[in-house]
Amino acid sequence: MSSTERDSSSANSTEAKKTDLRVNEKKCSWASYMTNSPTMIVMIGLPARGKTYMSKKLTRYLNWIGVPTKVFNLGVYRREAVRAYKSYDFFRHDNEEAMKIRKRCALVALQDVKAYLTEEGGQIAVFDATNTTRERRDLIQAFVKENSFKVFFVESVCDDPEVIAANILEVKVSSPDYPERHRERVMDDFLKRIECYKVTYQPLDPDDYDKDLSFIKVMNVGQRFLVNRVQDYIQSKIVYYLMNIHVDSHSIYLCRHGESKHNVEGRIGGDSELSPRGKQFAHALRNFIDEHKLSDLKVWTSQLRRTIQTAEELGVPYEQWKILNEIDAGVCEEMTYDMIQEAFPEEFALRDQDKYHYRYPGGESYQDLVQRLEPVIMELERQGNVLVICHQAVMRCLLAYFLDKGAEDLPYMKCPLHTVLKLTPVAYGCKVEMFYLNVEAVNTHRDRPLGKIPKDSALIHRRNSYTPLSSHDQVKRPRLYSAGNQPWLPLAPTPSALMPEERQSQVSEIVTGSPKSLTSYRNWSHHSCNRVFGIFSPHFWILLIIWCLCCNRRT
Amino acid sequence: MTNCPTLIVTVGLPARGKTYISKKLTRYLNWIGVPTKEFNVGQYRRECLKIYKSFEFFRPDNEEGLKIRRQCATSALNDVLQYLSVEGGQVAVFDATNTTRERRGTIIRFAEQNGFRVFFVESVCEDPEVIAQNIVQVKLGSPDYIHCDSDEAIKDFMKRIKCYESSYQPLDEVLDRDLSYIKIMDVGRRYLVNRVVDHIQSRIVYYLMNIHISPRSIYLCRHGESDLNIKGRIGGDSGLSARGQEFATRLRNFLQEQNIKDLKVWTSQMKRTIQTAEILGVPYEQWKSLNEIDAGVCEEMMYEEIQTHYPLEFALRDQDKYRYRYPKGESYEDLVQRLEPVIMELERQENVLVICHQAVMRCLLAYFLDKTADELPYLKCPLHTVLKLTPVAYGCKVESFCLSVDAVNTHRDRPEVGIIGSTQPIDLTTFQAVIHNSVRSLPHK
Repeated sequence: MSSTERDSSSANSTEAKKTDLRVNEKKCSWASYMTNSPTMIVMIGLPARGKTYMSKKLTRYLNWIGVPTKVFNLGVYRREAVRAYKSYDFFRHDNEEAMKIRKRCALVALQDVKAYLTEEGGQIAVFDATNTTRERRDLIQAFVKENSFKVFFVESVCDDPEVIAANILEVKVSSPDYPERHRERVMDDFLKRIECYKVTYQPLDPDDYDKDLSFIKVMNVGQRFLVNRVQDYIQSKIVYYLMNIHVDSHSIYLCRHGESKHNVEGRIGGDSELSPRGKQFAHALRNFIDEHKLSDLKVWTSQLRRTIQTAEELGVPYEQWKILNEIDAGVCEEMTYDMIQEAFPEEFALRDQDKYHYRYPGGESYQDLVQRLEPVIMELERQGNVLVICHQAVMRCLLAYFLDKGAEDLPYMKCPLHTVLKLTPVAYGCKVEMFYLNVEAVNTHRDRPLGKIPKDSALIHRRNSYTPLSSHDQVKRPRLYSAGNQPWLPLAPTPSALMPEERQSQVSEIVTGSPKSLTSYRNWSHHSCNRVFGIFSPHFWILLIIWCLCCNRRT
Repeated sequence: MTNCPTLIVTVGLPARGKTYISKKLTRYLNWIGVPTKEFNVGQYRRECLKIYKSFEFFRPDNEEGLKIRRQCATSALNDVLQYLSVEGGQVAVFDATNTTRERRGTIIRFAEQNGFRVFFVESVCEDPEVIAQNIVQVKLGSPDYIHCDSDEAIKDFMKRIKCYESSYQPLDEVLDRDLSYIKIMDVGRRYLVNRVVDHIQSRIVYYLMNIHISPRSIYLCRHGESDLNIKGRIGGDSGLSARGQEFATRLRNFLQEQNIKDLKVWTSQMKRTIQTAEILGVPYEQWKSLNEIDAGVCEEMMYEEIQTHYPLEFALRDQDKYRYRYPKGESYEDLVQRLEPVIMELERQENVLVICHQAVMRCLLAYFLDKTADELPYLKCPLHTVLKLTPVAYGCKVESFCLSVDAVNTHRDRPEVGIIGSTQPIDLTTFQAVIHNSVRSLPHK
């Protein structure tokens, strides 16, 4: 990216932090890049209207697509200031002392927002509070103007008493304010709390007072929306997201395809078929679905053979998504980890340094994968019960979205073969149940490498996919097979056909521990690596030469 | 994703952009592969009446006029039924004022009878400048006002609007709370969205919320000539040739001359577009989705080589170039799906220069110029030429700027021997003829 270079060794440490986190644009996602100025999202609404639910969900989504976001919940600040909550009287609008405390809490929270957006590299701050009076909103607007942030309001309006009651039962009964957990007492006190707010509630007025503000008014849990003056890309994405989520109960089932032939050989990528055990798993999956009596279950697969074959066994209609295809390993497609280490040792090391951002030459990174999977997430939010049959890296990305895992943890999440994860949204998060379907499979997981990896080392991040480090020439890489397009003629032979017998026995050792030390390979210069050498280990060539010499000697 | 056919119904006074929205939405939906057609009741009225005299036709007390207008609406609805039930259409856009609850009730009953989902798109606007601009841009040139001068036409049209105003019943938050609709206010300043029930409606809402009418231009061009271009090979990731670099320099001068306000530059993640953008010396953003179509096993081959090694594939591609997917590669259809976020973001943006590749540029061009899947793969996108697209009235004005730097021709015309689009198996006797003709039309290396 030929934008102006920023001097990362500037004197001011906060400057350095900012440059480190945000301006190192080589690392940031498309969404983050498109979000230019810091934005404050301000929630508005009476208690029990789903503000915290929306704040947390939105924050999780924004962080997942790569926009650093944080929630600032005023209730938490209030609980810090007032150790023991006694009753709803605290919230009466004529309680002078309480009013002072509450205002002070708001100011402290705003200071934290400022620190997050200006010094800590945050891009979006979600201010989760009732913010029901014009006075409070004017205060926030003055703050925002002073600091040159953008502001976007999200108001939740609901008059359905059933929804409100359900809300209170699900999240308020277990709140720290009500340690005794006595349901009726909680319900009673909370409803009176809401009444306190109602007295001074001034909803957003789109026709007059608030017509120049940017906001979305969510009415009756998404039945209706009023959207006013969307200013930019990120606000448009936020609006689209809020319009697609719902609170109806449903479960999402994530699993990988059955064990594939490449899995057995320890190869990554490619487009192989199911192994016999993989087929067993597909049968087991069918029984699993029957047992759980899932109504209207939708089944989604990728466009690679192994997921399609798994779905075929289920005997139900399924949909193929190309974007659910496994991460493209570029030049490393269909190689085992050992082969990669030999052929591209620098690449191998780089990947362990920063597995989330590392992009295979000619292939993709986890970061690319997240961008590619965004429409799947959006559609999963819209749907009811869905079973997604996908791949290891893809499943990690989806899981990271539901379980709010960051870029650090995402590439090391455990997604074993032949295991179904059932995700059920509950309260502010997601309940996970794991079902191992009792069919053995190889372990394809590689743990995070042990030992300190220097974080500040010059990680040459490749923004462009065209500068592979290991070779000068652009290596021709076998591409993913697209389903529905039978090859009419035999295609170019895959590397496995060229593999000599002895290598194959080594290949079945899947790397589960730390990667082998690189010292044994350093003596071989792989930088001007010839493609032929890449396939066979140097040891093989030595043996071959010696054998030839022996043969010559004999004749 | 779309099982139940959808009927989109526009609502609004004249000159509120209903036809603009209808046409744009139809273009977008067709491009992403959802068969859509618009039915403009005004057209039906023109066919019925033959000659438009004056606004008097639209007076609310004109019985004869009302009868004819009702007939036209019914006739249009019948065509909608034909399109959605018989002809395999998925979405029909019913473009008319539909300002009374009574008319909308008729449409809803019609849809219920036939199992269609209804989604209303209402456009509300009271800004006199916007309305005046509307009238000047699209009404003056309408067949209704061909024989009038501008002032007369404007006056008549304003009176026409008045005729509708008295009986206008906008969609109401309370009375219409069970309908699915989006109300667009003041050209997108504000939206009211009610009861979005399925995926296609959610996509429509997202699209409508991202389009704008601020004047701007989109510049499309390919990377400069690359080394593989010179060798006549497709795909790959080579750098620019000397002539390609020359083009990039000329492009830089061209942009400076054009004096474009706040121009954004987008490239793909392949060497040749990045190198082109580098020479421009301005910040640019790389999109992976703008990468060239993946030719799978045929990457970096010449057309003759493909013909030699994969003759059947070669013939298949000529049969249906839009849907044909290279083994281990992509099809134009896949490309369109991958480019959709680019289009959405282009709609949001203002002035943008997109430096991309031949197949990609064809897809983007097809979106802006409303080309069908049949025409898309044969659009001419030569190297070293910049296309400037400026939205105007209901379409797009195209200006072509050839930057006078020689380059190879990478275009392959549609083959002459016709087995295009046929679903019959290939007869081997004609097979030879196909090969022959295709070879003859190959570009000179």
